[in-house]
Amino acid sequence: MTLLEAREVHRVYHQGRPDEHEAVAGVSLAVEAGALTVLSGPSGSGKTSLLTLLGAMARPTSGRIFLRERELTSLPERFLTEVRRRTFGFVFQQPNLVRGLSARQNVMLPALPLGLDHAALGRRADALLEQLSVGHRARARSDWLSGGEAQRVAIARALVNDPEILVADEPTANLDSALSRQFMAIAADLKAAGKTLLLASHDPIVTDSPAVDRRVAMRDGRLEGP
Amino acid sequence: MTWRAALERQRSLLDFALLALWRRRGKNLSLVLVYGLTVFAIASVVLLAGALRAEAAAVLAGGPDVVVQQLSAGRPALVAAEAVARLGAIRGVSRAAGRRWAAYADPVSHATFTVLAPEGFEGRPGEVELGAGAAAAMRWKPGEKVGLLGEDGRWHFLEVRRLLGEETALVSTDLVLLAGEDFERLFALPPDRFTDVALTVRNPRELTTVARAAVGALPGGRAVTRPEMARTYEALFDWRSGLASVVLLGAVLTFALVAWDKAAGLPADERRELGVLKAIGWETGDVLAAKLWEGVVISVAAFLLGVLAAYLQLFLAPAPLLAPVLRGWSVLSPPLRLAPSVSPLELATLFFLTVVPYTLATVVPVWRAASTDPDAVMRS
Repeated sequence: MTLLEAREVHRVYHQGRPDEHEAVAGVSLAVEAGALTVLSGPSGSGKTSLLTLLGAMARPTSGRIFLRERELTSLPERFLTEVRRRTFGFVFQQPNLVRGLSARQNVMLPALPLGLDHAALGRRADALLEQLSVGHRARARSDWLSGGEAQRVAIARALVNDPEILVADEPTANLDSALSRQFMAIAADLKAAGKTLLLASHDPIVTDSPAVDRRVAMRDGRLEGP
Repeated sequence: MTWRAALERQRSLLDFALLALWRRRGKNLSLVLVYGLTVFAIASVVLLAGALRAEAAAVLAGGPDVVVQQLSAGRPALVAAEAVARLGAIRGVSRAAGRRWAAYADPVSHATFTVLAPEGFEGRPGEVELGAGAAAAMRWKPGEKVGLLGEDGRWHFLEVRRLLGEETALVSTDLVLLAGEDFERLFALPPDRFTDVALTVRNPRELTTVARAAVGALPGGRAVTRPEMARTYEALFDWRSGLASVVLLGAVLTFALVAWDKAAGLPADERRELGVLKAIGWETGDVLAAKLWEGVVISVAAFLLGVLAAYLQLFLAPAPLLAPVLRGWSVLSPPLRLAPSVSPLELATLFFLTVVPYTLATVVPVWRAASTDPDAVMRS
């Protein structure tokens, strides 16, 4: 079943200026529910731009994005934010943890504005950290975490609102091979738990992983191959 | 969102704001201090002006409606008892009382006190009551004997009965109160002579008429009405609080600088943090609410700190910063102790003039930063 779909989307930066650049040039793509899809391609091929469009983080310059049958492109900002935080969890190239906060507090961050019970939210954060094998670092400040720990805390943060879709941009760019494999193992577990995963990466450990259901190659803002 | 969830949301955002303040505690603490100092300066002036007005009101409340003096070749002279009776007979005067007071230059402390024999002096002959400033200048305590140099060149020793209350400290501070007999002995004054005469007038609208009649009844006399005295006090106190307003101007400028600095922009690390929050699903409104809490916590803390410090220095400590402004006129240099007088309305005005502009100044740059697209973090 198609969960997320892009129809003829374009994303143009600095439109109308001398440095105008079309990062996504007419891409149509359907993402299946419960599958692990990887956007691959060289740096500058438009993977991150397409990912931000599919993840409702930015609006396309033209074209339309659908979540199931609901069109996201025409939603007002407020509703789009609501969809984004209920449906998507994001893992960035950098862990982007808030410095000075503990691992646990970082995991709780996305849910703070939802008005949930604080204690219950804390328990949920603890459970996620435990599940990702960083439970023992829950109280550690985020700037004291190792690269692999920070990455797993960032994944826990992406999962705290129990999103249907996990979006990750170059999640292994700052990890060594062992940690990259560990990340893919976590991704496989999440898929097994029913999550839909959408990754952008040019790391072979990710693209060649047996957990990947579909590889979509990109170049110059377009999809390559079939 | 139910009210319970809305409450929980605000609680979470406040928690986050407190954590954010704590994370940058060095910077925020110095901010609270500078801001608190500004509030302190402004609050000092506001509280001082209020206290001075209260002093003036207290002085005038117990004062006479008309004071009549006898002049001799333009100098104040003593008033005879029969003249007091004549003044009492003027239509509209319900009471005429002769008063005895004198300026006394103390040869020991080189300070000048006002020695007064009030009508209803509660002590016995041989006792005195002292204003706080007079007592401190001479290092007198209740129960001790004070020596006053008399007209006859001899020392007269009187026992200190008590120190005067603080409700009109600024104006009663140099008072020395004693019994009529002691006053007569000290200044070699005949019992039927008075310094001036205090008149009580039934109808306030007749004050001017009574004053004119008093001058007629006492050739060479001069009459001062209560409104005239009020104007004199007002001029004196206004001059004092006016001088203190110069301090206020400096404080307001500092405050404007701090607020402008805040409004000018956010440091790069804070801007980045806002981007992360947006990217993980916070709405612009959530970010604003959290930052609003930060502004509220900072400004309320600074407000409380500043007002408390101003209160303490004005009313508990001897106003170390403002005292020189206030007592420059007096030879006595009394330790200044103002009676606490705080107007809730003035405090509320001060609150809105400091807390609201600062909080808004912090929100403007956040609003600008928070309305950027969340995908900026993805691309950084």
